[in-house]
Amino acid sequence: MEWKLICIGCPLGCELTAQVEGGEVRSVTGNTCPNGERYARKELTNPTRILTTTVRVKNGALPVVSVKTRGEVPKGKLLDCARALKAIEVAAPVALGQVIVPDLLGTGADLVATKSVEQA
Amino acid sequence: MKTCDLAIIGGGPAGLAAAIGARKAGVENILILERDSRLGGILNQCIHSGFGLHTFQEELTGPEYAARFVEEVQQLGIECLCNAMVLDLAADKTLTIIHPERGIFTLHPKAVILAMGCRERPRGALNIPGHRPAGIYTAGTAQYLVNLEGKMPGRECVILGSGDIGLIMARRMTLEGAKVKVVAELMPYSGGLKRNIVQCLEDFDIPLKLSHTVVNIHGKERLTGVTLARVENGVPVPGTEEYIPCDTLLLSCGLIPENELSRGAGVDLSPVTNGPVVNDSLETSIPGVFAAGNVLHVHDLVDYVSQEAEAAGQSAAAYLAQAGQKKAGEIPVRCGSGIRYTVPQKIRLESRIENVTLRLRVDGVYQNKRLSVWAGENRIYSKKRRALAPGEMETIKLPGKTIPDWTSVECLRVELEEI
Repeated sequence: MEWKLICIGCPLGCELTAQVEGGEVRSVTGNTCPNGERYARKELTNPTRILTTTVRVKNGALPVVSVKTRGEVPKGKLLDCARALKAIEVAAPVALGQVIVPDLLGTGADLVATKSVEQA
Repeated sequence: MKTCDLAIIGGGPAGLAAAIGARKAGVENILILERDSRLGGILNQCIHSGFGLHTFQEELTGPEYAARFVEEVQQLGIECLCNAMVLDLAADKTLTIIHPERGIFTLHPKAVILAMGCRERPRGALNIPGHRPAGIYTAGTAQYLVNLEGKMPGRECVILGSGDIGLIMARRMTLEGAKVKVVAELMPYSGGLKRNIVQCLEDFDIPLKLSHTVVNIHGKERLTGVTLARVENGVPVPGTEEYIPCDTLLLSCGLIPENELSRGAGVDLSPVTNGPVVNDSLETSIPGVFAAGNVLHVHDLVDYVSQEAEAAGQSAAAYLAQAGQKKAGEIPVRCGSGIRYTVPQKIRLESRIENVTLRLRVDGVYQNKRLSVWAGENRIYSKKRRALAPGEMETIKLPGKTIPDWTSVECLRVELEEI
């Protein structure tokens, strides 16, 4: 099967074409440097992203605290993770770097606070 | 009247780095004036990652990047006054400030660094016809509501403009459960980073319509929909209109440096950057008033803001140390073929050329060009660039090659040449 994607490695934005068979990347064309091929292989076999979102805070100086996954999670799980966090509330004070949810949805990545929120 | 050596207007990334630069260069008495209740500026609401790759060699979120600078400012014992709104900057550098506890007061610093950042082009500046219902926000306002107030501006969303904030908000609204129906971009190319097109739109199957704009807004009390149309040569093409129901329209249509204070003081502004005209020490047309960050010209990366602002802090320190010294004069930097603007626009004759950093943007999308700087008949810098785009700022560090005779050079000229 043929896949088309744009390389994000540099402003050139090469349009890559990859041949994928049986979950395996057979060839990558359209790239003008080795980074393009590496990017295409990763994107087509195991695309991952850092999730950044917010979580509600109880009795905080701010109503929400910004959070991120420490490490990348599978791209396909981003929306599931964001949805699961809707149900969570953390009590102030929150410290920068504090683990809010360990091993988020079994991804192996901890969810940590990216700012501190004092008590109201 | 209270005095201080250096007043910095704005406690965002530019103001913080400027203060650190000045303190490390020996300025004792510094005051950062911040209108918000906390330092960090717009970084506080930029909760996505991608900040600090150049400065810290790691990928941080906006609040984390800000926290590192705030911590350093505190360690250096630099005085900050939050909730302090500067109402006026006079040509003699007198600041009029309003503060909830101190009331209105004036400050007479020996030097000033402008670090007020920029703001978004609002609907009023975009000439979109139609009603004025609720539900139309700039992307940054929506970002503030979602990320700091924990409130959703709407459920079904159209985004006009594919600047990075618009793309980031397309993903953010989607993660919070909204449906982003389309991102429309007037130009035939996106002004946003490739990375954001892929990770904010393609990851969530959000369509990007290039050469499209909003030609009508529907709804009286609350937005009910927008009409999109294809654009050719800057004009909507009849018959291409498409109605899209939505309750929210986010605008990501460019940023404007916030220079009301600069203008009031009589600082010369550039019609291209909308920021002050500066020399290579980032000094404006008023001696002792410097500018850095998005108030000077809009940057794509906060790392470059921090670098530029640190240099402005060092320049302010040099100015304070040598107050009253006569200057040798300045030569202009001119934009040749393919160059939209440079910062600085002037070089001081006493400058050592190897200390000069030129930041610039090109005026279109180019491939395989030579970016050159000429001093009269001498090409003093030349580098091949595989790809250039208006959305990606270029930085040139001029090499320490001696220019034969500075005084015979009328200007520096930057241009794109064929290879």
